[in-house]
Amino acid sequence: MLDKAKDAVIDREFKLVGSRPVRPDGVDKVTGRARFGADISAPGMLVGKVLRSPHAHARIHSIDIHAALQVPGVKAVVTRDDFAENAKHKDVLCNVMARDKALYEGHAVAAVAATSAAAARKALKLIKIDYDILPHVTDVDEAMRDDAPLLHDDMITSGVDPAPEKPSNVARRFEFGHGDVDDGFAKADVVIEREFKTEAAHQAYIEPHACLASLTEDGHGELFCCTQGHYAVRDICASLCGLEVSKLRVTASEIGGGFGGKTTVFLEPLALVLSRKTGRPVKMVMSRDEVFRASGPTASTSSSIKIGATRDGRITAGQGEFRYQGGAFTGSPVQFGAMCAFACYALDNVKTVGYDVVTNRPKQAAYRAPGAPMAAFAVESVIEELAVKLGIDPIEFRLKNAAQEGDKSSYGPTFPRIGLIETLEAAKAHEHYSAPLGPNQGRGVASGYWFNFGGATSVSLNIHPDGTVALVVGTPDIGGSRASMTLMAAEELGIPYDKVNCIVADTASLGLNETSHGSRVTFASGLATIEAARNAKTEMCARAAMIWEISEEAVTWEDGHAKPAGANAGDFEPMSLADIAKIAEKTGGPISGHFEKNPAGAGASFATHIVDVEVDPETGRVEVKRFTAVQDAGKAIHPSYVEGQFQGGAVQGVGWALNEEYVYGPDGKMQNAGFLDYRVPVCSDLPMIDTVIVEVPNPGHPYGVRGVGETGIVPPMAAVANALSAAAGVRMTELPMSPPKVLRAIDDTRPSIAAE
Amino acid sequence: MSQIHVSTTINGDPAEFLCEPDETLLDVLRDRLGLTGSKEGCGSGDCGACSVTVDDRLVCSCLMLGAEADGRDIGTIEGLAEGEHLHPLQRKFLDHAALQCGVCTPGFLVAAKALLDHNPDPSETEVRYWLAGNLCRCTGYDKIVRAVLDTAAEMKGA
Ligand code: FES
Ligand code: FES
Repeated sequence: MLDKAKDAVIDREFKLVGSRPVRPDGVDKVTGRARFGADISAPGMLVGKVLRSPHAHARIHSIDIHAALQVPGVKAVVTRDDFAENAKHKDVLCNVMARDKALYEGHAVAAVAATSAAAARKALKLIKIDYDILPHVTDVDEAMRDDAPLLHDDMITSGVDPAPEKPSNVARRFEFGHGDVDDGFAKADVVIEREFKTEAAHQAYIEPHACLASLTEDGHGELFCCTQGHYAVRDICASLCGLEVSKLRVTASEIGGGFGGKTTVFLEPLALVLSRKTGRPVKMVMSRDEVFRASGPTASTSSSIKIGATRDGRITAGQGEFRYQGGAFTGSPVQFGAMCAFACYALDNVKTVGYDVVTNRPKQAAYRAPGAPMAAFAVESVIEELAVKLGIDPIEFRLKNAAQEGDKSSYGPTFPRIGLIETLEAAKAHEHYSAPLGPNQGRGVASGYWFNFGGATSVSLNIHPDGTVALVVGTPDIGGSRASMTLMAAEELGIPYDKVNCIVADTASLGLNETSHGSRVTFASGLATIEAARNAKTEMCARAAMIWEISEEAVTWEDGHAKPAGANAGDFEPMSLADIAKIAEKTGGPISGHFEKNPAGAGASFATHIVDVEVDPETGRVEVKRFTAVQDAGKAIHPSYVEGQFQGGAVQGVGWALNEEYVYGPDGKMQNAGFLDYRVPVCSDLPMIDTVIVEVPNPGHPYGVRGVGETGIVPPMAAVANALSAAAGVRMTELPMSPPKVLRAIDDTRPSIAAE
Repeated sequence: MSQIHVSTTINGDPAEFLCEPDETLLDVLRDRLGLTGSKEGCGSGDCGACSVTVDDRLVCSCLMLGAEADGRDIGTIEGLAEGEHLHPLQRKFLDHAALQCGVCTPGFLVAAKALLDHNPDPSETEVRYWLAGNLCRCTGYDKIVRAVLDTAAEMKGA
């Protein structure tokens, strides 16, 4: 069954899929016409602003808003008192508006709506808050200590048997694996053990969070916001604001980057409640400073890795302990980290343990393959070190141990058809892998894994009388997905690309759609698009059958036309989609195709990256000289946007590897909340990013698609560390590998100049 | 504080507005004139999403006061295409898929146009350094650099 589906995918010849047409929303985006979160206004609109805690950890005794309300132009102030307790979204509520304590610097404590930004700002200064400052902790290892300041008095670690008696900052414990690692290490000829640390990185989308809300006294709401998931925004906001889901219509604006960071709510509930209080629309936009301090970066982590292998290069055991802090609330992605850590390898003995820890930092949000990059940095660094120690080529070493179809994954399930080996082979064969290197240069390799995800999906497709097609999806387009959806619909219907127009519907106009995350859009909305098109084709065949007065089974769809299925069916001139659409009114009314599902079988994507770096031994600066990203896409629908995902992921990984970090002062406050000091890679830092698209079809998708959005950020940090090790003979175990750290490591290897 | 009356030229057309003395040109463009093509990514001169030209000089409009636009010639993304004809840079950005989310795109296009106006035949390195003030978090810059180089090649041939 599985094999049949696979072959069907492989055998298929595509007419449009795999081509590179201009995206449907392209002209709007190059002319400045596209409307992003902050780009629309409403008549009578007020401006909303948020007051944030200046303290990393403080009890809030009282909030006095009287003076603020006296400011001319100020229409309303909201605080914790404006939001009822909410058991279902307790943490989200507490993050949106602090309850009894401010849990991190930047935590929202009040919000104002006024007729001008100046009036709102003035009012914020006049809100008096009586804080009782508490000791704080921002480091994951310190937060786990017995004497650490406690964030939540009632936090009892889950996943531990018997349950601990005392509260701690450890929210959850996870364990995965199989076999017996002690036995495995006993069989090893070489065992390497290392400790690693990674700092928090922000998704750093260029568009700050923004929304425009309007909520009437009788509970009718409209919300326009930049989000990866407007259905999720709707459901959470309805719950927090006490609204009926059907009365809150959320429209997703064009979104200026998300990478996981725009999958939750921050401003939206505040804007809605301010709007209800004032009877006017309220617009709220975060500053960049607020984006850094108050929206979610990813977790910072520490981990301990131990891997053993035999002399001939077979890994006998892998073990990892991962400690991730996810800010002030439970929910760091440590579970995913522990699951993905060894997923590239077929191991008899593997064990990973994860601890989800809370600290006085902003609540983490998902960031591209959440949790996996940090674990891969640690594991892939040790893998490379083992290969070097054993004198085996690093790609060869990975090939000897690579997971493939039928292997039991390190976290439980057995792998279906996957493409890791193909990415390794492609990397090995790539000209880059054997190209000569210059002085102070080194080459590194790393592989990475991400699960990918399906999730609730609903798509509608309407056939218009003029023979064009409206494709209605519910997944915000975060990187060109309208182009791939259009390609799939046109391919399936057998009509030209430009006869299909894809839009992203609001929450009232289409059934539930899970957020654009988990690399799910091209897979899940794509699958639903193809199925919706198939349903429309069935209906069009039925219409043709009616016209020809033959049975529906006697009609088939080919090359954009309904045709008699065979000679016995009769001799009729094929009818095109346009022919059928034109007279649809006379054959039964409008024609549409619809499809809803929670598709399984997302199909994991593996990647292998090769990177060359050059290290300046005088300054410790590391420059990426060449980068090749090889990844399995299953089937690339629009190859340019697939390459774009590989390149974007790779460069985010380079930033995380070399520069990006949250820097905290002893006061628990972020020291670098701006793009000058939180340094994302710029154009002049980088070479071109070469890509190789490997296509091992995913049997779970009609065209073989695997999501490609996330895996690309998993290998780069280890690949850079491995290259740096080859270039300068230093093994960096802490991210970012910024110049001072690299220089110190290099200096440590030099004979000391004792006497001066 | 009373508002300041400003007379300026935007994308070739005369424009007048009142603004607060401390209001940035970016806020004026977006909030008073409805020209929301210029984006605010940082408000501190670090991302280039708000790039405009002022008398043909490339400027971060978040770092300039609205009042300073008086008597100047401002160019924004909205003025890049001529009628229904896209500027070659706009076309090449589409052909090369040099945008993913597209929020950085207006800034990159304005900056790239300023580059090609100054230097019609830039090397890859020159493109990379000229555009180093524009952040793109989605693309890794590869396709953006290719689109700019390809535009330069095409315009030279024309
Ligand atoms: S908004 Fe002006 S440089 Fe970022
Ligand atoms: S395309 Fe998204 S920031 Fe450049």
